[in-house]
Amino acid sequence: MSPGQVLRFALAGLASNKLRSALTCLGILIGVGSVILLVAVGNGSSQAIQASLNQLGTNSLTVLHEASGSFLAAGSASGAQSTQDLTLTDAQDLSQASGVESASPVVSTSQSLTYGGNSATTSIEGTYPSYFQASDSPIASGRYLSNSDVTSARKVLVIGATTATDLFGTGNPVGQNVDVAGVPFTVIGVLKAKGSSGLQSADTTAIAPLTTVQEALTGYGSLNDILVEAQTPALVNSVESEITAILDKAEDVTSSTQANFEILNQSQLLTASTSTSHTFTVLLGAVAAISLLVGGIGITNIMLVTVTERTREIGIRKAIGAPPGVILAQFLAEATLLSLIGGALGVIGGLIGTRFTIVGVKPVAVPASIALAFGVSLLIGLFFGGYPANRAANMRPVEALRYE
Amino acid sequence: MKRGSGMKRGRAAGRSGTGPAETGLTDTSRPVIRLVSVTKTYGTGDATVHALRGVSLDVVTRDYVAIMGASGSGKSTLMNIIGCLDIPTEGRFFIDDIDSAVLDERQLALVRNRKIGFVFQSFNLIPRMSAQENVALPLSYSGVKTAERKRRSEAALALVGLQDRMRHNPSQLSGGQQQRVAVARALVTTPSLILADEPTGNLDTMASRDLMHVFDQLNAAGRTVVLITHERDVASHAKRVIHVQDGMIVADDRRTDPLDLPPMLRRPAAGQPMVSG
Repeated sequence: MSPGQVLRFALAGLASNKLRSALTCLGILIGVGSVILLVAVGNGSSQAIQASLNQLGTNSLTVLHEASGSFLAAGSASGAQSTQDLTLTDAQDLSQASGVESASPVVSTSQSLTYGGNSATTSIEGTYPSYFQASDSPIASGRYLSNSDVTSARKVLVIGATTATDLFGTGNPVGQNVDVAGVPFTVIGVLKAKGSSGLQSADTTAIAPLTTVQEALTGYGSLNDILVEAQTPALVNSVESEITAILDKAEDVTSSTQANFEILNQSQLLTASTSTSHTFTVLLGAVAAISLLVGGIGITNIMLVTVTERTREIGIRKAIGAPPGVILAQFLAEATLLSLIGGALGVIGGLIGTRFTIVGVKPVAVPASIALAFGVSLLIGLFFGGYPANRAANMRPVEALRYE
Repeated sequence: MKRGSGMKRGRAAGRSGTGPAETGLTDTSRPVIRLVSVTKTYGTGDATVHALRGVSLDVVTRDYVAIMGASGSGKSTLMNIIGCLDIPTEGRFFIDDIDSAVLDERQLALVRNRKIGFVFQSFNLIPRMSAQENVALPLSYSGVKTAERKRRSEAALALVGLQDRMRHNPSQLSGGQQQRVAVARALVTTPSLILADEPTGNLDTMASRDLMHVFDQLNAAGRTVVLITHERDVASHAKRVIHVQDGMIVADDRRTDPLDLPPMLRRPAAGQPMVSG
């Protein structure tokens, strides 16, 4: 008996109860579709996190003044004689350290920018020209800050892409004057759009010379942070310990408990969040795999019902000469067709699903998950269809014929 | 003896020997089926049921045998053994010189497919398949190609007078028509034996008479027919009537020579045209 004939019998069997076949397919469809979609969501969110961390630059370290970063630290440190601030001298010391490419002092203040009738509230970073490279912020048009901008304390601004559209719409911002807290600034450049990092938009920002910001907006207080760039990513860890040593010495700290600064290491953040999002992906995949398993059990269930329901037909087929192998093949083919059709529709459904943004995450389909889910659905048909098919094949014709 | 060799020899004998259905004129003494002291018991210990208690029987080519008995007499068990649906507990059963005891499930299926054509009391057609598909089913299990299946199933349906009902599903056919489809299915593989179990049990008088006429003509055309029945009217069509009681043959009544026409066709009243085939 030819495989084509077996397939034809199997299709006729499935067609005999279309609703039941469709519902069983649906179980596999949901299983396969959710494996593909949820793994894609996990993958998409991990890619988004990585991309946003890469925006910060993996070479860079941020030195934060602890009192400014942590409310609790400020309270407990108040009893101490002096909590020394981060100063320009610290930044200079750090830039001299070995393995350090640059150290950019940063003061930041949140201000409202106005141009014509438009206004935008952004964080203004007062810093040095090296900040652009350290924070991986290239410009799209105009020019970077120059050293002379800093030394002459020129009232110039480089603004983020979102800030630019908020203020100027589609017009060209370069050369225009914007008002910052009553002080006119000239826009000299616009940063390239970085996209949302998921936490906070990197495009809502404005960068001005450190001296200008201190003179016009914040006064000559302490720095908010120092952005340190290592020469290579491999040097980040040694630079981190060097920063600690230099600052401890500068601030006369003898034990680490008294340190009043903290260092954020981007590569550590990256590693931590990568493993977090990997766990997330595995969990999502596991939930989906369980639904695929449930779909498979659905196939066993329906095939058992089908075999029982068609006991008499099996008896007739055996009486007129169907060998056990052909009966087995027919019912296995029915189960496998169910899971294959469900699996194929699930792949299509899953891929359509990945075109939509789900809970703020743009899913990215993993080709391996498609192959795996489809392959598993095929195996599920063979495995979960095997028991009912075997039962059909081993029925004794005399008893099967007597079945009412 | 190896399991497979018995099969091969049997099939070779069937092919090289005089095909009973084709000529039917030579070698009439060779039995199509032979039962030697067949017993069949079900269950064990106190619950043992002796369905057959030593049945010996030969049926020769072109014979037309009715096996009669009340329910519980063992005639259904006998039919299962003759139909290779079951094997004897003791004793031997041969069909075309093939010993059923040496066959496994797959080989038994093959014997049922090639040697036996079944007609059941409850028609046993597969629903949702047209008359022609039902008739072609045994052919697909023996690996016959699509075009040949179509040709042979159409010929078989024409033989039972249903050439214009081939596309109908069983549910669209009357009981008598369904049973004639079943007969067409039984003879489509040109088996050595047509085995009918209470074929008129679910039919009215008219349909019964039509169906028995089909059997008469098949036998007249050279087919070997074994009927299981409890109706005297049906048995009167046969050339030989065997009575079974309590698992044993109690009477064996030869009425007509196996080579003669069946009794009902020799009466002048039966004026319907002959089936050829």
